[in-house]
Formats: sequence, structure tokens, C-alpha cells
Amino acid sequence: MNMTTEQTSETFVFTSENLEWAKGQIAKYPEGRQASAVMPLLHQAQKQNGGWLPMSAIDYIADMLEMPKMRVYEVASFYSMYNLKPIGKHLIEVCTTTPCWLRGSDDVVSAIREELGIGLGETTEDGEFTVLEVECQGACVNAPVLVYEEGFYEDLDGKSTKEIIEAIKSGAKPACGSRVGRKSSEPAAGLTSLNVQGGDA
Amino acid sequence: MPTLTIDGNEVTVENGTTVLQACEVAGIEVPRFCYHERLSIAGNCRMCLVEMEKAPKLVASCAMPAGDGMVIHTNTEKVKKAREGVMEFLLINHPLDCPICDQGGECDLQDQSMAYGIGQQRYDENRRSVREKNMGPLIKTEMTRCIHCTRCVRFAEEVAGVPDLGAINRGENTEIMTYLEHSLASEMSGNVVDLCPVGALTSKPYAFSARPWELKHTETIDVHDAVGSNIRIDVRGREVMRALPRVHEDVNEEWISDKTRHAVDGLKYRRLDQPYVRVNGELQPASWQDAFAAIAAKTSGLSGEKMAAFVGDMQDMESMYALKQLMTSLGSKNIECRQDGANLDASERASYLFNSGIAGIDEADLILLVGTNPRLEAAVLNARILENVRARGLKVASIGAEADLTYDVEHLGEDASVLAELAAGKGDIFKALQAAEKPMLIVGQGALAREDGAVILKLARDLADKAGMVSEHWNGFNVLHTAAARVGGLDLGLVAENGQNINSLLGRAEAGEIEFVYLLGADEFDVSKLKDSFVVYQGTHGDAAVSVADVILPGAAYTEKDGTYINTEGRVQKAVKANVPPGDAREDWTILRALSEVVGHVLPFDTAAELNEKLVNELHLVDVVDVKPQAAWGDFGVEGDVAAGALISPVTDFYQTNPIARASKTMAACSAEFVQVGVALEEATGTHG
Repeated sequence: MNMTTEQTSETFVFTSENLEWAKGQIAKYPEGRQASAVMPLLHQAQKQNGGWLPMSAIDYIADMLEMPKMRVYEVASFYSMYNLKPIGKHLIEVCTTTPCWLRGSDDVVSAIREELGIGLGETTEDGEFTVLEVECQGACVNAPVLVYEEGFYEDLDGKSTKEIIEAIKSGAKPACGSRVGRKSSEPAAGLTSLNVQGGDA
Repeated sequence: MPTLTIDGNEVTVENGTTVLQACEVAGIEVPRFCYHERLSIAGNCRMCLVEMEKAPKLVASCAMPAGDGMVIHTNTEKVKKAREGVMEFLLINHPLDCPICDQGGECDLQDQSMAYGIGQQRYDENRRSVREKNMGPLIKTEMTRCIHCTRCVRFAEEVAGVPDLGAINRGENTEIMTYLEHSLASEMSGNVVDLCPVGALTSKPYAFSARPWELKHTETIDVHDAVGSNIRIDVRGREVMRALPRVHEDVNEEWISDKTRHAVDGLKYRRLDQPYVRVNGELQPASWQDAFAAIAAKTSGLSGEKMAAFVGDMQDMESMYALKQLMTSLGSKNIECRQDGANLDASERASYLFNSGIAGIDEADLILLVGTNPRLEAAVLNARILENVRARGLKVASIGAEADLTYDVEHLGEDASVLAELAAGKGDIFKALQAAEKPMLIVGQGALAREDGAVILKLARDLADKAGMVSEHWNGFNVLHTAAARVGGLDLGLVAENGQNINSLLGRAEAGEIEFVYLLGADEFDVSKLKDSFVVYQGTHGDAAVSVADVILPGAAYTEKDGTYINTEGRVQKAVKANVPPGDAREDWTILRALSEVVGHVLPFDTAAELNEKLVNELHLVDVVDVKPQAAWGDFGVEGDVAAGALISPVTDFYQTNPIARASKTMAACSAEFVQVGVALEEATGTHG
């Protein structure tokens, strides 16, 4: 991967709140095993830094946990949930794994392209949106899904995807959940069992 | 002690043995890429799969502990198919560029695909390609060839102690690289090239220069430090192409330092290949006869008192012995091998040996370093300390300038006074040394090459005595030398008489009391002090001392002659001639023998065999080859007060410690990259990076 000056030069430190939180995480593990806290700390650093991890944050966490920097970088680069490049203000993660793909994730992707003009792994020129392709989110019953600000948007098609993007553009956070009107993951065609209130005991 | 059946043969192996090792005991070859006996087990290449009865699937034999009653098959159809499958997967992304790959001919992947592969490809998709990575001036990368065995990653962390290598990303996108692509800053980095089972990491200086089957191998001994690493010199024609390690469990295991490996190109540059004589202030090429005549003209009628000889750091026993005989016959006793001015006493052998032995580190439970930086002075030995720190929690403390030794060290202080306190029985470390079963005290030249070196030697000796570090079965007193020739020189008694050392001799030369100085490859001192003396320089390279030499006699470097060396442990090892010296240069003892005739004191040997016989007669221990000696404990050193000032290791630039290394372009590049980093950054221009 290419290291731009932007990614390496700035310094990173936890805010005092996050530092307290990090100490709490580290304290969960026995003496000498503080390296176990590397993943939550990386997550917190990513959150603090607007959704991505600069190399300076990796250095900072390596020093904090007394780990070789390479070991922290290995962890950060292994998991796709850590972004090592700057991302837009709004991060949209689209699942394209088999169940979502079978249920039409291609339509979701092309709707996003029409709406934002970017494809998977790209960021809009104004720096507002980043779209990432992600692996299975474990929400296959409601496929296809996308993730925005820790919320799942389910049972999507091209139209509902566009509506979500438009809502985000207008500054709102659209409500999570199914877009075909079902409750959580009930059968799409309505309940087929347990559908009578107070039946025979 | 589990007993298991492998291919119908019963074998009994030690507890803790793996199935793969048990197969080796049974004499059965199991192919492998990621497994290496000196590294931790990764189990990720899957090449070592074998069939184990009652197991549902094949098992990775490298990671499976041998258990009692196991029945293992390595020659079934299932195993064969598994190997073929693994091989095919490994080759999916591996380029078929063997004809232009430096690993070709000595490649594990190539060999094993010949032996265990199916000989064809069924893969039609695109192959992945990976960008080259910077790993410094010694390691050339071709990362598309990498099969992700992670041997290099484990070596960097476990043996070199520099955990900068890692595998980033995952799955098909995995790439091996150093952190931010920095150069791998280790004195042992060259070993990853040997470890790499494919052509991903190859030797940069050796790139595209030879094929393994063109090379003549000579098994010999390294002289770049006092460890005496066992090496193999590969020669094509008369040129040394490379140096590789040989296994010697008690010395270097199977590692060598980057200097040992890569300074050999220094054998090609700045060589003295003919005699020179200084005429009217200018060095002029001369014949051997003229050069000898010029020396004879100076020595004739000169009293031995006015002569001195200094021996360099890389000399073999034979030439040192010949020089000693020559100087003695000329009536001079001023022969000095302690170029750094170390206050070592040649009369007590235990006082200058690494008595515990290098392998003793494996048994030690506490090490106290005094005035030494083993990482720079004996990198392979330092790796052994690290290995034991990691494996057994060996504790290390140090007195002297603080340095990064790749493991945690309890730093007690910089000053010799700290040692004096310890020797007086004070401090927690003293108690720890007393309590330890096999404590080691390692005294470096940084502590001994000072005015008060003899006092420090005495303090160290007393500390060893008082803390009970010396017993019948264990001698914890160790001196770590920096020069391959030093122990041999001391054994030959090449120490100026009446307590003089090189500094006092140089002072006398400056004052005109010494008029004739014979330098046998000696460059590591302030040569400007000899500018008024008549200096004969017998050596290999146009290094420091050449500037003051009046006669230059071209000698042979360590690969160019048979010779005997004694390492810091006192272990006698024989070096073997691998190639011939350049031009008119000759093996050193023959030069001294020829010169002796001209100066009128013929040395009593005409052949190497006769010389060796004489040498053994004078010094019996030379005849006991490759044994760590047990030197008798004694009293040595001088009582007195220590001076203030930090104990500083004599080696500041690992890559530039001797004439061969200073002539080496590779070592110069390493020095620029790793040692003079600050300087290099300031001077960085278009030629850098």
C-alpha cells in the first residue's frame, strides 16, 4: 500500500476520555498480556480519527501496548473493518457476499453508483461519501443489506437504496431496518406460524 | 519417551518431539517449507501432511506432537495426493521464472516440486503479482515468488530480535514486508536469504552473479570477529562469490553475521598485489628482492631494542608464529598483538578466554555484561543470548554505555565504579550472581582497553571469585574478544615485555627510540604516530597503515591461505584455502620465511608442514582442534583504583571494523544505511533512495 505523507506525518493521541477508556480495556487482561487490547484500541482510535487509522495511530497504540509496530500494523491490515486510508464523512458498507448477491446486491451497488457516481472502494470528490464492499454481516435473512453508522438497512432494492442515500445527503439519519415493511426477520410474506393470538394452550 | 510406528518402523523419540522430527529420526524425508528446526512452528505451508491412523484427516506433521502408539504413514496414495495438491496451490501464484531466479539450483520449491509435484498446471486464471519491497542493501526482494511461509518473519523476531518484518493484509493479498518498508536493521539480516525456501528474498550484492553449480565450495572459518563462525566460501575461478554459514552447534549454530557474509567483496577491492618501496617520499612498485633488500638495509646493525612488531586482528597462527620467530631472531621482544591496547595478561589463559564457551550461554541463568556490546562485537553470540532470553527467560544485566541489544537488559550503570561496588560484594546483582547456578560474567574490550583495564580485569576476576562463579564444572568468567587473531596472539605470548602495550610502544616510536616497526596486517591504531619510523606493512589492503609504510609486502587474506585460528573460547579451528591471492601477493608465512633469509636469520622451516610441526612443538594446544578448552583458574589483573568514565564498546560501526570490511562496497552501503543514518539523511540527494 502507498503511504502518503498525509497518512504518516500527523501525530495521533487519544483524547483524555478515550485514554481513560483504553486504560480500562487494558486492565481487562492480565499483567504482561496487554497486547490483547489491541483490537478495541484500534477501533477506538479509528472512531476518534473520523473513521480511519493513520499510521501515527498504529505507532501510538504499539507504544501504549509495548508491541512491535509491525505486529499492530499486521492486525490493522488484516481486518477489513480497519480503514487505513481516509474515508468520506459518510461511510456506506455494502454486503456483496453470496446471499445478498443472490437477493440483488448488484442493484444496490448500481443504485449507489447512479446516486453518488462512485463504485465500491471509492470516495466522492467532495469527500462526503465512501462506499466499501464488505463480507457477510450475518443478516442474510434480510438480504441484501448495507450498513451505515452502525445500523443495518435491510431488504433493499435500487429504489430504497436511493432513498436512503438521499436522506443521508439531506442531513438526516434514515431509520434502520427492513425496507419491505416486515418486522426484523419475520417471513417476507407474513407469518405462517404463531400467527394466532392466544390459541389452544 | 513416546514410541510410534512410521511406515512400519518403530521409533522411540524424546518427549516434546514432533511427528516430523520423529520421521527424520526414522530416516524418512518429509517435505516442508515453513518448518525450520531453529524457529518456532508456524504450520502454514501444509507441505508436511502425513497420514495418522485414527485421525479423520491428514495431519501437519511439523505441528503434531509425537505420541505413544501413533501409527504414521508417509508413503500412502492419500499423502502423495495431498502433497501434489499443496504443491499445486503453492505454485498457483508462483511465477515460472526459475531460469532468471537467483535461487534456481538451490531452491526448496524447485526441488520439492520436482520430487512431489505433478509436473503440470491446471490453473488458467490471472496470477497475482506483488510489488517489490525495500529491505535494505543486503536483501533483494521479488515478492511475487513469496509463498508466505513466514520463516523470515519468525527469524527477524526470534533470532535477530528485530521484529520489523511482518505479513500484512490477508488471504490472497498477504504480503511480507518490513514496517513502512524500512531496511531490516539487524546485523544478522542476511540469514533470511538462507532461510527463504524460494527466490523471494535473495542476496542483493550477489544478484545475478553466479549459479550454484558453477561454484567451488570450501569449508573454512570466518575471521571478521572472534566468534570463529564456521563458513563455506564459494569461489568461481579465483573470485570469492559469497560466504555462507555452516552448522556448528557450539559456535554459530547455523547463523552468520552480515559482516561475515557480505564483507567478502572487500577481498576484490583496494588489494595490495605487489611489493612497494617508498622512494623519496613516494611509494614505488618494486620487486620482492628490492623490497626485502630495503628492509635488510634498515635492520642490519639495528639493535632489537629499536624494533617492534604489531600483529593485526585477522592473522592466522602460522604467520604470527613466523613473525615471532623472525623478530626474536632479530633480537626484539617488542611484539604486540593487543592492537586496541587491551590490558590482557598472556600468562593466565583463563584470564583472556570465553571460559563458559559460547554454548555455555544455553545453560547460563544470569549474564552480566561489562564494557561490551555483543550485538556489535559478536552478533551471532548476541543472537544466542537473545534465544535464551526468549526461550528460558535468561536474565541479563550490564555495566557500560547503554545500547539496544535486542533483549531487555538491566542497566546497572556506565562506570567501572559500579563493577568495583559489585566486586566488594554490594548490590542486588551480586546476591543474584551468588544465588545463580551458572552465572556468566562477560568482559569486553571496552572495559579492558583503557588505562585502568588491568584494574578492571582484577575487579572482574575478584567478582567472579567472590560470587562463586567459578567451580570445578563451570567457569563463569568470560572475555569477549573482537579480533579473530587475539586469543592466538596471546597464546603465542605476543605481548611486549615489561608491561608495555601498543600505546607505550607507539610513544617510543614517536620519540625515536623505536626506529623499525613491522606491521602484520595491523591498521586499527593511530598510524600517524609511526610517521618517523621505518615501517614495513605486510598485509592485504591499502588501508590506514599504508600511508606511513616504507615497504609494503602483499599478503594473503583469510580465504587465500590455510591457517589456524583460535576463537574467543580458545577453540582451535582450521581455515582452508579457497582461492589464490591476487597478483604477486603470497601467503604470509612464506613472505616472512623469504625475508628471514635476506635479513640473515633463516627461519627453520621450508614447508607449511614443517612450520606447523614447529608451531605445535612450541604451543601444544594448537594440535587439539575444535575443542573448547578448560583453562585453569588463577589470579590475574592489578589492584588499584578505577578511573571515571563510561565503559564504551570499541565497535561503533559494525560494518567497518577491519581492512576487508572497509574495502567492501556492500559494507560501505550498510554503514551508510544503518550507522550514518543522520549523516545520510542530511546528504540525501538524487543518488539516495
